[in-house]
Amino acid sequence: MAETLDANPRQDGTAPKTAARSFEAVTIGVSTGGVHALQKLLGQLPATFPLPILIVQHISADADSGLAKLLDERCPLRVKEADEQDEIRPGTVYLAPPNYHLLVEREGFLSLSADPYVSFARPSVDVLFESAAAVFGRGLIGIVLTGANFDGSQGLKTIKRKGGVAIVQDPADAEARQMPQAAIAATGVDYVVALDGMAALLQKLAARRNTIPHDEKGRDD
Amino acid sequence: MKPDEVEDVEIRLLLEGVQRIYGYDFRDYADASIKRRLNHWLAESGFDTFSQAQSRLLRERSVFESLLRGITVNVTEMFRDPAFFRAVREQVVPFLKTYPFVKIWHAGCATGEEAYSMAILLNEEGMAGRYRMYATDINETVLQKASEGVMPITEMQRFTRNYQKAGGRASFADYYTARYDRAILSAALKKDIVFAPHNLAVDGEFGEMNLVLCRNVMIYFKPALKERCLRLFDSSLLAGGFLCLGLKESLERRKMGERYEELAAPLRIYRKRYG
Ligand SMILES: C[S@@+](CC[C@H](N)C(=O)[O-])C[C@H]1O[C@@H](n2cnc3c(N)ncnc32)[C@H](O)[C@@H]1O
Repeated sequence: MAETLDANPRQDGTAPKTAARSFEAVTIGVSTGGVHALQKLLGQLPATFPLPILIVQHISADADSGLAKLLDERCPLRVKEADEQDEIRPGTVYLAPPNYHLLVEREGFLSLSADPYVSFARPSVDVLFESAAAVFGRGLIGIVLTGANFDGSQGLKTIKRKGGVAIVQDPADAEARQMPQAAIAATGVDYVVALDGMAALLQKLAARRNTIPHDEKGRDD
Repeated sequence: MKPDEVEDVEIRLLLEGVQRIYGYDFRDYADASIKRRLNHWLAESGFDTFSQAQSRLLRERSVFESLLRGITVNVTEMFRDPAFFRAVREQVVPFLKTYPFVKIWHAGCATGEEAYSMAILLNEEGMAGRYRMYATDINETVLQKASEGVMPITEMQRFTRNYQKAGGRASFADYYTARYDRAILSAALKKDIVFAPHNLAVDGEFGEMNLVLCRNVMIYFKPALKERCLRLFDSSLLAGGFLCLGLKESLERRKMGERYEELAAPLRIYRKRYG
């Protein structure tokens, strides 16, 4: 499972293959104000950004796939709407489709589900975060951005519990502050930053190895 | 050992046990969502761990049945994805009309809304009395509900909107009678639908279908089980017959893909080639 993903480095060419605890993926949860926030954040990440990015943006059930297209046009990275069984590739951004939950499978691919709403949402940030945490453990970076609800805080808590890193948009910087605030209240967050500094932080984390203080219990707890 | 690893082992053992004792095979369901639902069931059932649940689960059918209800997702609606039903009406029905009689299989029909929607559509297109539908599911509780054809009245507004968007020709209210908080579907819709248990993971084909719908079911399966289902559908379908999948399911990466042509591109309607 997670260990085999380690053996298969998703880093850029400079990372040695033995980078046991290098990051493997980024998950982002965002709601109200998300279109703007995502354009800004993804717009600042270069095409060479080495990690896959999985995103849940709350969106109405009958929306079309316009957001993925828009982001793809405006950002250096490739952005696509997630399809069932997409292989998770480095440097690619996957957006949950309207009306489906997005989940990460052990074998390193994505799955979708039409399960009932979770945290009043489908796609739900909690569902993505929890399934990604189970697979990537300490190799996961979870980010909660602007939003006017509480989705994502349980998921971010799980990411932390499994040794991942939690980043939250500074509520003062967010168009809607509830979601970041709820996340900060739910768990010990590693970084609270404004959107403007976030791309630089991600690049720094992605380029680093062994960034997480780690105990001997391993990556899952 | 790490908690997740223990739990993954427990889940594997549990699914293995369920398969051996009850014959229901969930081992090839996509891990992430079944794990989520199993955890949900565990929390509700009051057991601390899957190992603890195992003993009663394997001995008491009622515990197994609560698990079964917990892990199958039965969410459905009338005219789910209206654009899909509109495309069936406009692009599939004209072909179906060229046959004196057609057979249709709804695999994973849940509480029956998809089959009833199709019955409404076919009746409106002048095919009443010229079709038989087989609507199947693994979960007998939902099949029982499906055969009753009774829905909460509170859903009717949403279903009416779907019906209209799907190109409905009449008034949706013509198809049910309101009784207190229930909407009872008219008998004319039920009489040509057979509801029956069928498990896509273990059971066999249905012969000579003109149309097979399996929407939002295989999305929960691992690739190997998806392939099994597609083989099943393929051997059930006549040449020139139609296969309809959920909006997020496609034949693109499937071996079976080359035997089909896509009819309405984003709506996942496929037609089986001749020869
Ligand atoms: C989300 S519902 C889809 C209902 C309907 N087709 C629709 O699209 O609205 C999925 C259904 O598949 C059924 N199912 C799950 N596994 C199955 C299996 N192995 N064989 C047959 N049905 C199965 C579930 O019981 C559930 O009713």
